[in-house]
Amino acid sequence: MTIMYPASFEYFSPLNMDEVLELLSKYYKDGAKILAGGQSLIIAMKLRIISPKYVIDINNIPSLSFINESDGYLKIGALTRYVDLEDSDLIKTKYPLLYEAVKNIADPIVRNWGTIGGNICYNFPGNNLPAVMLAYNARFIVRNLSGSRTISAKDFFLGPLQTSLKEDEILTEIQIPIPQPKNSGYFIKLAKRTGDFAIVSTAVNLSLNYDGTVKEAGIAIGGATNNPVKIVKAEEALVGSKINDELIREVGKIVSDVIEPVEEPFGPPVDYKKAMAGVLTIRAIKQSLKNIIG
Amino acid sequence: MQKVHVKININEKPYEAEIEPRLLLVHFIRDIAGLTGTHIGCDTTNCGACTVILNGKAVKSCTMFAVQANGKDVITIEGLAKDGKLHPIQEGFWVKHGLQCGYCTPGMIMAAYQLLKKNPNPSEEEIRIGISGNLCRCTGYQNIVEAIKYASEKMKGEI
Amino acid sequence: MAIEETLIPEGIHGMGHKIRRKEDTRFLQGKGMYVDDIKLPGMAYLVFVRSPYAHAKIKKINLEKAKSIPGVIDIITGEELDKAGLSWIPTLMGDKMMVLPIDKVVFQGQEVVAVIAEDKYIATDAANQVEIEYEPLEPVVDPRKALEANSPLVRPDKNSNLVFKWEAGDRDLTDKIFKEAEVTVSQDFYYQRLHVAYMEPVGSVAQYEPVSGKLTLWMTTQAPHVVRTVFSLVTKIPENKIRIVSPDIGGGFGGKVYVYPGYVVSTYAAIKLGRPIKWINTRSEDMKSTAFARDFHIHGELAAKKDGTILGLRINVISDHGAFYGDANPSKFPAGLFSICTGAYDIKAAYVEVTGAYTNKPAGGIAYRCSFRVTEAVYTIERLVDILAHELHMDPAELRLKNFIPPEKFPYKSVLGWTYDSGNYAAALKKAMEKIGYYELRKEQEEKRKKGELMGIGISTFVEIVGAGPADLFDIVGIKMFDSAEIRIHPTGKVIARFGTRAQGQGHETTYAQIISEILGIPVEDIIVEEGDTDTCPYGLGTYASRSTPTAGAAAAVSSRKILDKAKKIAAHLLEAREEDIEFDKGRFYVRGYPDKFKSIQEVAFAAYTNPPPNMEAGLEAITYYNPPNMTFPFGAYICVVDIDKGTGQVKVRRFVAVDDCGNIINPVIVDGQIMGALTMGFGTSFMEEIRYDENGNIYGGSFAEYLIPTAVETPRWELDKTVTPSPHHPLGAKGVGESATVGSPAAFVNATVDALSHLGVKHVEMPILPWKVWEILKDKGVSSNE
Repeated sequence: MTIMYPASFEYFSPLNMDEVLELLSKYYKDGAKILAGGQSLIIAMKLRIISPKYVIDINNIPSLSFINESDGYLKIGALTRYVDLEDSDLIKTKYPLLYEAVKNIADPIVRNWGTIGGNICYNFPGNNLPAVMLAYNARFIVRNLSGSRTISAKDFFLGPLQTSLKEDEILTEIQIPIPQPKNSGYFIKLAKRTGDFAIVSTAVNLSLNYDGTVKEAGIAIGGATNNPVKIVKAEEALVGSKINDELIREVGKIVSDVIEPVEEPFGPPVDYKKAMAGVLTIRAIKQSLKNIIG
Repeated sequence: MQKVHVKININEKPYEAEIEPRLLLVHFIRDIAGLTGTHIGCDTTNCGACTVILNGKAVKSCTMFAVQANGKDVITIEGLAKDGKLHPIQEGFWVKHGLQCGYCTPGMIMAAYQLLKKNPNPSEEEIRIGISGNLCRCTGYQNIVEAIKYASEKMKGEI
Repeated sequence: MAIEETLIPEGIHGMGHKIRRKEDTRFLQGKGMYVDDIKLPGMAYLVFVRSPYAHAKIKKINLEKAKSIPGVIDIITGEELDKAGLSWIPTLMGDKMMVLPIDKVVFQGQEVVAVIAEDKYIATDAANQVEIEYEPLEPVVDPRKALEANSPLVRPDKNSNLVFKWEAGDRDLTDKIFKEAEVTVSQDFYYQRLHVAYMEPVGSVAQYEPVSGKLTLWMTTQAPHVVRTVFSLVTKIPENKIRIVSPDIGGGFGGKVYVYPGYVVSTYAAIKLGRPIKWINTRSEDMKSTAFARDFHIHGELAAKKDGTILGLRINVISDHGAFYGDANPSKFPAGLFSICTGAYDIKAAYVEVTGAYTNKPAGGIAYRCSFRVTEAVYTIERLVDILAHELHMDPAELRLKNFIPPEKFPYKSVLGWTYDSGNYAAALKKAMEKIGYYELRKEQEEKRKKGELMGIGISTFVEIVGAGPADLFDIVGIKMFDSAEIRIHPTGKVIARFGTRAQGQGHETTYAQIISEILGIPVEDIIVEEGDTDTCPYGLGTYASRSTPTAGAAAAVSSRKILDKAKKIAAHLLEAREEDIEFDKGRFYVRGYPDKFKSIQEVAFAAYTNPPPNMEAGLEAITYYNPPNMTFPFGAYICVVDIDKGTGQVKVRRFVAVDDCGNIINPVIVDGQIMGALTMGFGTSFMEEIRYDENGNIYGGSFAEYLIPTAVETPRWELDKTVTPSPHHPLGAKGVGESATVGSPAAFVNATVDALSHLGVKHVEMPILPWKVWEILKDKGVSSNE
């Protein structure tokens, strides 16, 4: 129970991706850990929840940090810090869902160092970004010594602190489809306090056709369950329909019904989390619409 | 046990040591450099008492290994006053009674330093968000907000 | 913003001046000296192995692995301490507590084994290698169940879990009034378990010099002198060979009055090993093992006439004290000053009963920025008054105004035995109502209700009782609760003043200097205030319960006046006049009618050493051990406005007006700072803070990730105002203020929240008011929104 002082480990600070992959391949069996922003890993090491024998620091690999649009995707390097996303005009204007979600992670100092890749790979139930990735239908590029593969967000998140990333693999890039015209989105988090993890969070991404019907919809809930949930039924209810208050309420109800929250000691009751998933989704859809229509 | 040689410039002065990679930056600053103005208030990255500036960016120095700061520049509370004159943020905290027990103050001032560097004219809301990673148990924050407003005015955008 | 206005000119700054704090120059530059900043040659580090169980037998401890780690110096167990007679030590309330356990552990997070190593990383490594075999026992978690006959026993040395049963007031009269009353209301309240969560966790550095036999202990304590006495009695080290230093303290709020095992074990190890030993709690250790506050299960009742006249108050409490009765209360008051619970109201009959229980939780029951259980008392009466107003369909402000003790009744003797020194409660409430626009808000609320919107207005008109105390009534382990000030004026007119108190952020170095400056006319910058070193400072009881200004502040005034008396004699000698013809104003002595021909206090000080009158001792100094004739009774009126989100149940504080009355004010900036800080703690109490235990005694809220204290973002912007009703017995007319707002504000927040829901038939919402609690009520009443 005495925490604050991590156990000993061997430290590597590779200067390029090849080195990273080699180290990973050499040490993954002994539980090597990638150190990116460290805002979760170092805490877990201080708590001695994990005590890896090898730590591979990727902070000296600038090629892992970028934000650009190409080939139909917004591409974000896994080592890109929250603050860089928050400060990016591209993200702020064109990806409001991501912007809102990032802006509401922890606090400004943590956001200086924490990375998008870390948030996604950690997949802590209260994290903001896993649900956002599901709503965006994002995909992830992961690499190991023998090559790379692409994993869609819906196949990536497996459970609390679990993803389909293999132990010798590293996430290098996040790809979000460039939004259609008449698109917006919104992220709302209900937390016990500013900067705390989500009790429930909702991520909404919405595009309209010129006739006002919904062209595409991404809706996902984080926090309430052990793993973020993409609410496909709610998305389906929206797509192709003319959006109005009644439909939005209906979508909120679908979300509440689908979500099966977990009980946590002294936490909010399950039916509260269920209800909040609906309430927050309705609010996020309305805010998204407001952003689109003005 | 692996030992690494590191050299960290703190307040424009180099400090060198052979350290274990697990040594947290805050312990390097306090125990090796002997700069005890940077405090430790928690072990879960919540309180911000250990906030310093690393290569221009505020960091909770309990959530970074010292080895990661190798070759980099750190500014701590001890590095703010120049030529016997308080930094305008320090002056603001004094004039506006932005501190009581003084324990959170160094981290709070470094968070304010970062905030004003990015946003020289913050609104009250922006100030409150800017220091939301720094807990204070004495002041109720209101005078800290006033102190940062004071500094912002005094500095007129120059930091 | 006029920057110039806020810069304070140098010179004489007595009462009422908004002077910048003297202590800040070091804090602002990272030059404070807190316990963890102390580094001594050869210093080793102590880390505890802590119990994972709330209640368990210790079957076996294996230290082999831990001892084999290079850099480990020693490992100390309860058995070893027992041989030195130190495995148990007395508490401040006459109970005893384990330092390190021998047979069984009694709370989760309890210190079990102490590991000492060359550095704290190694000590932690070794602590993780200590192997302890436990046999879990059934834990006692709920204090109400603890008192049942078949409950398991917490303590190996006791026959029951009953700590004490205490009562005050006239039971029969109160019962009679309740029986005959036209209206009665009652409510159960749980004032939850809190942690003060000062920013600096507790710790110590112990150093022993074998040649001189001198022990020095730097420690995070609010009461260094009392600790020295207790240490001397326990260790048999002569008291003059123990030096306790309380250096800069990073917040105390009551949590640093207690004597923790770490202080004792680090001292023992320093003596045994001949090396300085540092022990510093990490935050998560601190939250799990140091003293808690509150944890009162309250049943409260009010009896009244139909017109709203309050007649009687009856309260029954079960209090949770954890495994050891270590509350930081005056010895004669097992439930602290809870009997202030009649509050601001002129009540004819009252009866209070408090039953304390042992449970498998850390010891404590310390105050949380509160003068000994006053917070629980204020919360109870202020909630009950609102419940009565609701029952009678009366406006809660009107009901209060009807029942206040009127100004002409002071000094007022309450039925529970306190004599209130001064007060004007209606004036404070009216000022607060005017400032916030009370009746307009009520109109707005009415309109909002018609639209289905939820808005509430909550009032709290609290009375504090601080400044312990009259020494015949108040003592800590037998030591009378006075406090002290020693002032020495040196030949050049520069001053060193030393006190028995110890600030933890309250600004004593400035406040005390202002008091001395006010009376002696010496500039504040020429006065150095020292506290916290038992080798140099006069004996005192320390800083807690808002007692510093009422006691040590008064001592400063009395010592200053003693010096002034002597200085007048010297001035008469210098001016060749009769003493009775000497006038004194702003640091100048002169013969009445001739103000231009003066001798300054500095000239007089010089003469005190170079040219004193014949037959007069040289020197210019005085010491006072001030025994206050009564407590002081600060008060205030707080009004809070909240809006409730019907979708999420979130309660948003829209406005909060605080009108405080702490008598005459020494430094308005410091007073406002104290009030805003204390309001924020009250806000945290009301909306987020809580430590809970599951049925196995596992703690929830044992770190800063779980125990949430307010950040700047959700903390409301406070609107402050004052009335001034001086204390008639304090030498400066001052009262304490450090805790008023923590004491007074929770009732305002809760009253506002309940007020927003009262038209739905809601009588109470338990703290902390988490959004889902409100949402469940909204849902239950059919008014929650799905969007």
